[in-house]
Amino acid sequence: MTMPLLRCLRTFALSPLLACATLAHAAGAPMGYDDARHLLARTGFGPTAAEVDVYAAMPRSDAVARLLRETRTSATTPAPAFATEAGPLRPPARDASDAERKAFLQQQVRYGLAMRAWWVQEMLVTPSPLTERMTLFWHNHFVSSQQKVRVARLMYAQNVTLRAHALGNFGTLLHAAAKDPAMLVYLDSAQNRKGQPNENFAREVMELFTLGEGHYGEADVKEAARSFTGWSLNRETGGYVFRPGVHDYGSKTVLGRTGNFDGDAVLDLLLAQPATADYITIKLWREFVSPDPDPREIRRVAQAFRMSNYDIRVALRELLSCDAFWASETRGTLVKSPVEFVVGTLRQLEIVPPEGLPFAVLAAGMGQNLFSPPNVKGWPGGNAWIDANTLLARKQFIDRLARADEGPPQLSMAAMAQAPAAAPKQALSPQGIAGDEKARAQRLAREADRGLRSVHFDAVAWLGARKTSASGGKESAAQALLLALPPQSPMPAADDALAFVRATLQDPVYQLK
Amino acid sequence: MNRRHFLRSAVALPLSQAIGGTVATFGNARVALAAAPVNAKYNRVLVLVELKGGNDGLNTLVPYADPVYYALRPKIAVKRDDVVQLTDHAGLHPSLEPLAALWRDRQLAVLQGVGYPEPNLSHFRSIEIWDTASRSTEYLQDGWLTRAFAAQPTPRAFAADGVIIGSGDLGPLAGGGTRAIALANTDQFLRRAKLAQPVPITGNPALAHVLKVEADIVQAAANLDAHYKFRTEFPSGNFGSAIHTASQVIANPSGVAVLRVTLTGFDTHANQTATQSRLLKDVADGLVALRSALVELGKWNETVVLTYAEFGRRPKENVSGGTDHGTANVHFALGGRVAGGMYGATPDLGRLSGDGNPAYALDFRSAYATVLDQWWGVDSQAALAGRFVPVPFLKA
Repeated sequence: MTMPLLRCLRTFALSPLLACATLAHAAGAPMGYDDARHLLARTGFGPTAAEVDVYAAMPRSDAVARLLRETRTSATTPAPAFATEAGPLRPPARDASDAERKAFLQQQVRYGLAMRAWWVQEMLVTPSPLTERMTLFWHNHFVSSQQKVRVARLMYAQNVTLRAHALGNFGTLLHAAAKDPAMLVYLDSAQNRKGQPNENFAREVMELFTLGEGHYGEADVKEAARSFTGWSLNRETGGYVFRPGVHDYGSKTVLGRTGNFDGDAVLDLLLAQPATADYITIKLWREFVSPDPDPREIRRVAQAFRMSNYDIRVALRELLSCDAFWASETRGTLVKSPVEFVVGTLRQLEIVPPEGLPFAVLAAGMGQNLFSPPNVKGWPGGNAWIDANTLLARKQFIDRLARADEGPPQLSMAAMAQAPAAAPKQALSPQGIAGDEKARAQRLAREADRGLRSVHFDAVAWLGARKTSASGGKESAAQALLLALPPQSPMPAADDALAFVRATLQDPVYQLK
Repeated sequence: MNRRHFLRSAVALPLSQAIGGTVATFGNARVALAAAPVNAKYNRVLVLVELKGGNDGLNTLVPYADPVYYALRPKIAVKRDDVVQLTDHAGLHPSLEPLAALWRDRQLAVLQGVGYPEPNLSHFRSIEIWDTASRSTEYLQDGWLTRAFAAQPTPRAFAADGVIIGSGDLGPLAGGGTRAIALANTDQFLRRAKLAQPVPITGNPALAHVLKVEADIVQAAANLDAHYKFRTEFPSGNFGSAIHTASQVIANPSGVAVLRVTLTGFDTHANQTATQSRLLKDVADGLVALRSALVELGKWNETVVLTYAEFGRRPKENVSGGTDHGTANVHFALGGRVAGGMYGATPDLGRLSGDGNPAYALDFRSAYATVLDQWWGVDSQAALAGRFVPVPFLKA
C-alpha cells in the first residue's frame, strides 16, 4: 500500500510544476485579449468584449482562480411557475381515459416548454456562465429525458440538483444523481426488485457514469443491479424512497469485492476505482481542452482529482492550467454545441431577447433539445454536432438574425410547417401517446419565428462600438471577438456593417471555439 | 483499364499480403477495383431501416407453437390467435399485418437469429459493432459503408453516397471520406442549402469537418430536387415523413446509393406491449408506403430494404412487463428482387446461455455481404474485413 501511495503523492507534487510551466512563467503578467477570449469562450457561452477586457488584464492563474471562485450553485432566473404548483407527479394510470391522458400530456408538454425557456433564459443572463456550462455537462452525463420521465417537475428538480453540485464534489453528485427521481424513472430503478432485477441503471452507472466500458463485466452488472433493488420514488412527494421489502439483502460480488452491498456501497466501490477519475477527466478534457486527450496529462489531472476526493474544481483548475489548454494549436479545435451557438451568438451580439423559448426551439432544431438527450449516452457532441441538416439550421439562424433590421423576414406557411425538423417533434411526443406531431411542429416553428422577429440586431451600432487598436480597425476587433481562428471565406467590405457581421458569423470558423 | 493496372497494383502489394491466401487475393482485387468503378451497380438502392433501442425480435416474429415461448413470457407473449401466421410455427406480430401481403408475394425475407459472436449488451457498443462491422473485440472508426465506398467509390455525379434521414448520427456512413447528407426533408434542405458556400477544405479536424459538410451540401443541393408528386399516401407521423423523404430522394435521377431511416423507442425495459405495438405499426405502415411509392417510380425492383438494430431482447420477460437487452434478433429484407422466405434459424429457447440469451444463427455481416457482393456487385471483403457468406435472400 505504502509504495504506490508515495509514488502517487510524489507525482502529484511534482507534475503540476512541469505541466503548468506556462502559468508559472506568466505569473503576474496580464494574459491579454486573445487568451482571455479563449478562456471565456471555452468556459462560457461566447464572451462579450467587455468581459474579455476584464480578464485580459489578469494573469492566467488569477483568471482561472476567479472563474472557479465566482460560480453560482443556483439559477438567478426565478423558477418556472409549474415547478412550485401542486400538480400530478405521475402519469395517468393505465385505466385512465384517453381524455385524461391527453390532458396530462398536453400539460407536461407545456411545462416542458416553460422549463426549456427558463433554462435558456438563465444561460442568456447568468453572471456565472461556467455554472450553466457545467450543469449542461452533467445533464449530458447523468442523462435523463423528459421523453421517458414525462413529468416536467421531476426533470426540473434534477436540473436544480445538477446545478447545485455542478462545481462541487463528484462523489456527492453521483450519489445524488443516482437517487434523483427523474433518474429513478429514466433508468427503471423504480422497477428494480429483489428476485427480478432490472439491470438498466446498474449497467449505465458503470458504463456511462463512472468506469467506462471495459472496466467491468456482465456479472458485475447483474450483482450491482441486486444492490440497487429497493431504490424507488414516492409518487406522492416526488422524492426518493427506499423500499426495504423489495431490496435484496443477500451477499453480492461487485468488481472483485464481496459483501452485503446496498446501492450506496456500490457507488462507493465505483468511486474507489481509478478508472472513474480517468473517465470523468477524459470527458472534461474533451469538453474544455481538445478532442484529443493527452494520456500523460489525463493521468496527472485524474490523480489530482482523486486525491482531492473528487473536487470538480480541482479537476477543472488542473485542466485549465495545462499547456495544452493554452496552446495555439488547441484554439478553434472544438465545435460549439447548438445551445452554445445560439446563446453565445445572442450574448456576443449583446441581444437580450424578451424570452428564452424560441431560442430553445432553435437549438433543438440544430440537434440539441434540452431535457431530451437522444439516449442515455447523451449527445455525442464534437464533430457529430455538424451534419448537413444541423449546419444548415445554424446558418439559417444566423441569416435570420443578421437580417432582422431589413424588414420583416419572408417565411411562407409551408416553410414554417417544416422548419425546426426532427428534434422538437421528439420532445413533444412522450412515449405512448401519439399526438398530432405535425401540428406541434408547426406551432414550434412559429415559436422560433416569433422569437427571431422579436429581436433586433443593430449591426451599425454594434460594429461601431468595437475598439480600434494599433493592430487593426473595428472590423478586425469584431473578428477577434467572434472568431477563434482567421476567417476562411472572403469578407465583404465593412462599409455595409450588417453584411460584414453576417459574413463573419457565417464563416465556418464561427462554428468553432 | 485495365488489366495492366490491375497487375501493377497486385505486384505493388506487400509480400505479407500477397501470400495471405484468400484475403490477399481479395485485397488485390480491391486495389484494382478502386480505380475501376465500372462494375459496381450503385444505381441499385439500399434502404436501411434502423429500429433503434433494440427491437424485441421474439415478439416480432412469434414462435407461436413453442410452449417455452409462452412460459418465458406469461405477461407479454403475443397470443397465438393474434399472430399473423407465416409458417406452421412462426408468425408476425399483429401490428405487422400489412407486411403479410409482401410475404405472400414472396418479397419479404425474414432473417432469423441475426447476431454475432461474443455479443455486447451495451446499446452504444453494440450499434458501433453493427455500424462498423467490427468484431466484438475490435474498435473501428469508419462505418462499413464508408469503407465500402472508399474501396469502390460511387460515381462522381451522384448527389451523395448516402442520405441519412431524421437522425443525428451517421451510423454506417460515419468516418472520413463519405459524402453523407443528413436531412429532415428535401424541401427544407434545398431551401437552406443556398446558405452554404464551397470553401477549400483545410485546417484542424473540426474545421476540416465543417468545410467538408459545407462542400457536400453544395454538391447534393446541385443534384437533388424534390418535386415528385406521389400518388402514394404516406402515413402521418415522423416515420411516415421520413419514408416520404426517402421516396423523394430516390425519385431523383442523380443517384444516391444508400438511405437510412431511423425509428427510435424500441428499448422497452418496461410496459413493452403498447410501445412495441405502436412502433411496429409505424414500421409496417411505413414500409408498405415505401413499396407503393417505389412501385410508382418503377424502382421497387432496384431497391432492397434491410432492417437492423443493435441487438434483440431477452427471451424471458422482466418484472416490469418489459424485456432487457438480448442478443440474436429477427430482421427483414424486402424489395422487388428479394427472394421471400425464412433464412437463418429459429432461436432455440430451450437452450439459452448463462445470461438467458439464445445463440445467434446468422452473422449480421453475412447480410451486409449480400448487399455488397450480390446487390451492388462490389467486393465485401474490403468493407467487412473478412469473408462472410452472403445470405441468399436476393433473386439471381
